[in-house]
Amino acid sequence: MAKKSYRQAINDAIRQEMLADPRVVVMGEDNAGGIEAPGEDDAWGGVLGVTKGLMPEFGRERVLDTPISESAFIGAAAGAAATGLRPVAELMFVDFMGVCFDQIFNQAGKFRYMFGGKAVTPLVVRTMYGAGFRAASQHSQCLYPIFTHVPGLKVVLPSSPYEAKGLMIQAIRDDDPVIFLEHKVMYDDEEDVPDESYTIPFGEANLTREGDDVTVVAFGRMVGLANAAADALEKDGISCTVVDPRTTSPLDTDTILECVEETGRLVIVDEASPRCNMATDISALVAQEAFGALKAPVRMVSPPHTPVPFAPELEDAYIPSQAKIETAIRGVMAH
Amino acid sequence: MQLSRDDLVRAYRTMRTIREFEDRVHDEFAAGKIPGFVHLYAGEEASAVGVCLNLTDKDYIASTHRGHGHCIAKGCDVGAMMKEIYGRADGLCGGKGGSMHIADLTRGMMGANGIVGGGPPLICGAALSAKTLKTGGVAVAFVGDGGSNQGTTLESYNLAKVWDLPAVFVVEDNGYAEATPSAWSVGGSQVKRAEGFGMPGIEVDGHDFFAVHDAARTAIERARKGGGPSLIHVKLARYYGHFEGDAMTYRGDGEVDTIKGGKDCLTLFRQKVTEAGLLEADQLDEVDAEVKALIDGAVGDAESAAAPGEADLVTDVYVRY
Ligand SMILES: Cc1ncc(C[n+]2csc(CCOP(=O)(O)OP(=O)(O)O)c2C)c(N)n1
Repeated sequence: MAKKSYRQAINDAIRQEMLADPRVVVMGEDNAGGIEAPGEDDAWGGVLGVTKGLMPEFGRERVLDTPISESAFIGAAAGAAATGLRPVAELMFVDFMGVCFDQIFNQAGKFRYMFGGKAVTPLVVRTMYGAGFRAASQHSQCLYPIFTHVPGLKVVLPSSPYEAKGLMIQAIRDDDPVIFLEHKVMYDDEEDVPDESYTIPFGEANLTREGDDVTVVAFGRMVGLANAAADALEKDGISCTVVDPRTTSPLDTDTILECVEETGRLVIVDEASPRCNMATDISALVAQEAFGALKAPVRMVSPPHTPVPFAPELEDAYIPSQAKIETAIRGVMAH
Repeated sequence: MQLSRDDLVRAYRTMRTIREFEDRVHDEFAAGKIPGFVHLYAGEEASAVGVCLNLTDKDYIASTHRGHGHCIAKGCDVGAMMKEIYGRADGLCGGKGGSMHIADLTRGMMGANGIVGGGPPLICGAALSAKTLKTGGVAVAFVGDGGSNQGTTLESYNLAKVWDLPAVFVVEDNGYAEATPSAWSVGGSQVKRAEGFGMPGIEVDGHDFFAVHDAARTAIERARKGGGPSLIHVKLARYYGHFEGDAMTYRGDGEVDTIKGGKDCLTLFRQKVTEAGLLEADQLDEVDAEVKALIDGAVGDAESAAAPGEADLVTDVYVRY
């Protein structure tokens, strides 16, 4: 087993699935990068290089460049998925979803239901999300709660390289449209990732640590921060369970509820805007299903309800930090 | 076309200001002083200036992610722009927008834009305001060759035509969208696309300020007089990578140097006006020196300016939770 970055883990997953199944194709802006340009052998593999190397290996028929026409190519990917291919389409940044949202939520997301269960749509839309790149309001959003809101879509938020590979292979093999959200700040994170193929099922949360006092539910990049906060508090005798749901749709509500029943306290860490996000959704779930188990009010750690600011000082203050997570955990303990 | 000596000096000064601004931002970015994504406009100055010299503060433009040149050409404060790029509290947008979102509505500048194809619909709106309120204003969208393939752009062509709007679409074709050549990504011809929507379209050499200025004047005057929208396809080149940090592996060896050597818009402008005896070389050298001092000052001020405070994070939103 070798150390692989989050970027390499995703690349590995796509490559292995392309080798295994000729119906898997990749498309996106600059995926084959610089088609017919002098440097085309050095194809970008998308703007942050996640699919680099696939074009030379699989050729232009299976790694397609697209014009900047997201409505057309994301829709085309949905159409291709419904008719025999298994496309992995890159929507460069999740912020650009606005341009092609109809194709996702009115078309791809509804085929199976509207067509009486007869359609399959094995589509993966890979996209980058999250703040921390100094990329300002139009390139830093999270938006996964919006996809979670739409019935018919599966929504995946890998929290580490190992998770990313297994979840990507699962996504490509899944027969429903999957929105696969890669945190752009995590691409160079490394950990041991098996070379061979493996899958991680959707809708099964991962307990990244188990403790007695507080359940911390965290998503995507926030899982690492939550674990760091839990490590730090361990020294003060506060013991946390950290739950990584891995997918927001389907959501493993059973595991979340079981953990809350055991610890009696809940902190939810969600990098998305605070209204109608995963934190509010899980709070409502717990209020309805496990109210009696709670020893303290639920705390939510999210950014303020603003667009993502540009200035580094403001962006740092915007993103949930380890310190804010620790404060919230201490808060539920002190109650 | 007759341009006064003042106009010529203004055109040159604005083009030189953009070049100097961009070259400095390039250096400061490389030195690690500027955060975020930065897309430079150097090489394309004749387009922004050739178009905007025909505009006043009552006219609007919408820009792209490569927006600094358009901002400067439309009269945005250069010092406040530099501060914005540095993320300072008294930057043009309070440090909240950064390079990709610089805007100044008092100057008719509707914003650089992080969304490719975001601008054309917006200028349909500005043109609708101008038409409805009878301001006599026009609205211009700058869009790249890549952005010309967005549905939003093509829908805007149609909307501008059917609403008969005082709108001009300027397709700045620098040959690439990121690493992808426009020769591959654009189906058909830009000019014929315009004609397909029932508007006039013209292709011009974007290295030649005078060619751009002429075409823009015709299109803008037509729009101002109620003649409806039109399109200008400007062929030019960008000197730096798509974004700062891009190694430009997709461009041929020496491609940029060849263009700089033979077709640089500032060099061509100098040649034309001095050979025609309209301006003296030392007059232009003086402009160069003034502009350099201006940009040095802007960088110095931006470096020492204060960052926004944490309280600024939640200002400018209509509701707080
Ligand atoms: C909707 C959307 N899709 C993709 C991008 C990513 N992106 C930013 S700039 C760019 C290339 C734009 O090319 P072009 O319009 O030709 O302008 P140029 O960079 O050449 O000035 C791309 C793909 C984006 N910002 N917005």
